[in-house]
Amino acid sequence: MATPQNRLHKWLIGGPPLAYLVVFFAIPVLIMVLASLRNSGDFGGLAPLFSEESGTLDLTTENYGRFFSDLIYTELFLKSFAYAAITTLVCLVIAYPLAMLIARSAKKHRDLLVLLVILPFWSNFLIRVYAWMIILGPQSVFVSALNRVLGTIGIEPVTLLYTPFAVIVGLVYVHLPFMVLPLYANLEKHDPALLDAAQDLGANAWRRFWRVTFPLSLPGVYAGAALVFIPALGIFAIPDILGGTEGIMIGNVIKQQFLDTRDWPFGSVLSMVLTVMAVALAGLAAWVARQSRT
Amino acid sequence: MALLEIRNVTRRFGDFTAVDNVSLSIEAGEFFTLLGPSGCGKTTLLRMIAGFDAPDAGSIVLDGKAMTGIPPEARNIHTVFQSYALFPHMTVAQNVAFPLKMANVDPGQIGKRVEEALEDVRLTGMDKRYPNELSGGQKQRVAVARALINRPKLLLLDEPLAALDAKLKESVQLELIGLQKEVGITFVYVTHDQSEALALSHRIAVMNHGRVEQVDEPSKIYGFPRNRFVADFIGQCNLLDGEIRACAGERMTIALAGIGDVVALNIESDAPGLKGALALRPEKVAIGRDLPKDADVNRFTGKVHDFLYLGDVTIYIVELAGGMRIEALLPNSSAGRTKFFEAGDEVQVGWRYDAGHFLND
Ligand SMILES: Nc1ncnc2c1ncn2[C@@H]1O[C@H](COP(=O)(O)OP(=O)(O)OP(=O)(O)O)[C@@H](O)[C@H]1O
Ligand SMILES: [Mg+2]
Repeated sequence: MATPQNRLHKWLIGGPPLAYLVVFFAIPVLIMVLASLRNSGDFGGLAPLFSEESGTLDLTTENYGRFFSDLIYTELFLKSFAYAAITTLVCLVIAYPLAMLIARSAKKHRDLLVLLVILPFWSNFLIRVYAWMIILGPQSVFVSALNRVLGTIGIEPVTLLYTPFAVIVGLVYVHLPFMVLPLYANLEKHDPALLDAAQDLGANAWRRFWRVTFPLSLPGVYAGAALVFIPALGIFAIPDILGGTEGIMIGNVIKQQFLDTRDWPFGSVLSMVLTVMAVALAGLAAWVARQSRT
Repeated sequence: MALLEIRNVTRRFGDFTAVDNVSLSIEAGEFFTLLGPSGCGKTTLLRMIAGFDAPDAGSIVLDGKAMTGIPPEARNIHTVFQSYALFPHMTVAQNVAFPLKMANVDPGQIGKRVEEALEDVRLTGMDKRYPNELSGGQKQRVAVARALINRPKLLLLDEPLAALDAKLKESVQLELIGLQKEVGITFVYVTHDQSEALALSHRIAVMNHGRVEQVDEPSKIYGFPRNRFVADFIGQCNLLDGEIRACAGERMTIALAGIGDVVALNIESDAPGLKGALALRPEKVAIGRDLPKDADVNRFTGKVHDFLYLGDVTIYIVELAGGMRIEALLPNSSAGRTKFFEAGDEVQVGWRYDAGHFLND
């Protein structure tokens, strides 16, 4: 019933998150939509919104035209998509057994294990990525050992740093906890009686996993995938440090447009496309999740 | 040879013995109940039969085959869990079809068999619902249908009615009896509810502290409990301490502490001098202002100390001259009267010599 008091409660509860979304999502997106339609200024940045001579709104769709006329940007998007997708998949494959191990270990050990998963957050992000530069670099003991092994079986030595491989390693490393945590939160809530029932009714370990554990964990899989895929899609620091020229992603180009080329309108166009794609993808994931439930 | 043989099975958790040297043999087609108070080891025993746990000593033999080392999924035994453990992401039909899929039954047959199974438990038309859209009674029936669909040799049920309200329980009990008779599968049923055990079972094993105290038909368990624990746990029972004075044929004389000499049935040819208790059900104790004299009846005078009005019956607690108390049960059957005596009334209590029997310690 919509009594006045009820309506007040609704606003009190829903108000703060709504305000948050408006201030930190809707307004920035609007600013960006507007920026993507403006001309760039004479010395970079943005031209005045109202042209000085006529005093009318000075807007253009030319920036979008540029995006669609040069295939290189679309290719970069597809490549970034592929990197983010591979990262998500590798994270899932690594995180699932880890989350399951934590969820099934004794209650008193679980908090400690979760703490270990988030422990890397306690040191600086960039330092951790630079550490990978050393690990994957040509002087590293790992790479020289690997090359020695490859040499004995007659394969040319490989470089790892400044390759797409290095980017994926960095992306997986940084995003892994974001996959482990939602999976763990989901798996920990599973009723162990369900596995007993499945086993009792004739399911071996393999079938117990695929028919009971995995389908029940899908909400955790979707949450983890969203938390990994979307940030991985737009990231620039990791390809910057580990990727060299070959491993560049769309995030690097956006950063370049804003900071180096100072072409803000075109940077906004690329950001807009990225945002639209991320939202569309999140919507698609939610739709798939709903379909698989009914 | 019995279908299920439990031979000297023991299970310890650290220093604690949860199941202590239990031996049972359960026949094919039987409705067998494990009855006992909470924590007596019923679930532990059931889990060993299902294969989730292994005995520390002893063996379990199903249909002549030792079950040692055989995992639950390879045993022809299904369980109805207390929480039902229905798969929340599957519909009723998918839940019931699960064991068939695990047994790699031809997919073309599954639909028909699921339909039949749901019909058996009166759930036709519920096949597309999810477990969270069912009532407690419906969930219980899905769990039973799922456990029975591929006809296991043995069905284990761990307190399957504990979550149902009293009224529903009664109708589900009748259904379970009917279903068991119809499918002819051996049921091993666990409960701590003695009236449920008496109503359902062909035979009952009464357990206490991990041991089996008595295995018998319900009427024997109730009528001739073998020791104080069984007498006290099943229904109401007067346990009057005493010592055997003399035995003669089918009768014996017992000296009851604080009451005097009484005559009782001599069933196990107990010897004079044995100490123990006379077990006497309250409904076998007559109560009246003036009971007729009879050589077969033990009669004593006392005062009504208190009474419990239970609707259909009233239990009177009568204090005898020596201070001992005896419970007598009287049906409230005469029209217009709700009780016959008040606290403080002088009354006589009496029971036939064959109404009770002696339990030696
Ligand atoms: N895994 C275990 N570790 C330690 N002790 C256990 C374990 N499982 C059971 N026990 C103990 O064994 C005893 C018997 O437990 P069990 O679950 O068999 O009782 P129950 O008869 O089924 O009781 P209830 O009617 O309450 O279900 C209990 O005292 C319990 O604490
Ligand atoms: Mg139990």
